[in-house]
Amino acid sequence: MTREFAIVWAHKDRLLDGFANTIWLCVVATVIALVVASPITIALMAQNRPIRMLARGLVDGMRCIPFLLFAYIVYYGFPSIGINLDNWGAGLLALTIYNAAYMAEILRGAWVALPRDEIEAGVAFGFSELRLFRRIILPPLVLSAGPVIGNQLIQIIKDSAFLTIIALPELTHAASSIQSRYYVPFAAFITAVALYWGLCLIVEAGVNVLRQLADARR
Amino acid sequence: MSGGDIAAIFQGAVVTVSLSLVGILIGLPIGLGLALVRWANVPIAAGIVTLYVSMLRATPLVTLLLLLFFALPNVGVPIGPISAAIVALVMNTSAFNCEIWRAALMDFPKTQLDAATAAGMTPGLAFRRIVFPQIWRVSLPGLVNEMTLLIKSSPAIAVTGIVDITRAAVRIGAQTYEPLPPFLVATALYFLVILGFVRAQRLIETHMDRKFGFA
Repeated sequence: MTREFAIVWAHKDRLLDGFANTIWLCVVATVIALVVASPITIALMAQNRPIRMLARGLVDGMRCIPFLLFAYIVYYGFPSIGINLDNWGAGLLALTIYNAAYMAEILRGAWVALPRDEIEAGVAFGFSELRLFRRIILPPLVLSAGPVIGNQLIQIIKDSAFLTIIALPELTHAASSIQSRYYVPFAAFITAVALYWGLCLIVEAGVNVLRQLADARR
Repeated sequence: MSGGDIAAIFQGAVVTVSLSLVGILIGLPIGLGLALVRWANVPIAAGIVTLYVSMLRATPLVTLLLLLFFALPNVGVPIGPISAAIVALVMNTSAFNCEIWRAALMDFPKTQLDAATAAGMTPGLAFRRIVFPQIWRVSLPGLVNEMTLLIKSSPAIAVTGIVDITRAAVRIGAQTYEPLPPFLVATALYFLVILGFVRAQRLIETHMDRKFGFA
């Protein structure tokens, strides 16, 4: 057993590279997903019925597909409509679009729960729609949706492990390649599990800090 | 895409649904058991359950399955792809179920427990007659939500060579060089499966509503 862990330790660079790739992918995907989600949220809350129904259909449809299936659609399916991506592009795009739907739903939930007074005051002060959203609605939205976004980030971290199947060199892929070369399955994968666990604990701690910030502001 | 291809994806659907159902049916009582251990604050065991839940909730299903499938035979426990898939699904979902059951238990009014003790009920009887009939109704939405999450992470079972919906669709796409049609069929099937779970929840709730006047 110690021999197994010694082999994994000898290849720690590769594992840490994979770990760094996982973190990088998830953080970038989360940030872009939030940016993409904002207009979708606005569409979900729109007065215009066709726009609202279209956004609702897209978001609900995306929330019914398993992430791996969506990643396959992007990786294998998009080339047939003329969009060619390598595994990095496909992985990042899939993580981003897929989670934009979840983020839009999270932001909508927080928006509905927002006190009406501030928004009405903003309208009374003559804020244009875009400025109203950016200045009045978005800041408290991010604070109150923060903890839920943090939970979604944990989901994103776990979904990113699926990308090993399209050969993206993330953490699970790194553990997999060490195990298949040296046949040290337990040591390789339990180390990966420990790294995922640590990462999720850090995110959870961050979520708690955000929650306290939001409580203090109230 | 031929009719045979569509039949193959449906066969994958049978695999996805049956393995997920087995995982759910075993995972539900285990989750409840874990929640009870934490709720009753059983010394040492409660700490172990807390660690187990925290770790399992942070572990991707793919990684967990690879660990079980490759490491267990290595330590002398022979395990096939199907049993590895079921064990991984159960471990994963029981951790999430534990948190849902525990939330319901924590919210359970203490006064009712005191009343049950005063009426001379043993803890087991009080759980069966007083606690469980109430907490399962509170937990139902959370549990069904977790079931749909399990369906959505179930494509992970393909790493051991099992052909589920997603795997079947990928294979057909690779054979016909037209990946989009099989992916669309697969998407529709997942949609139907998840819809089925949500509908079942609504049915149970309306049934409960009619029978007891509340859900």
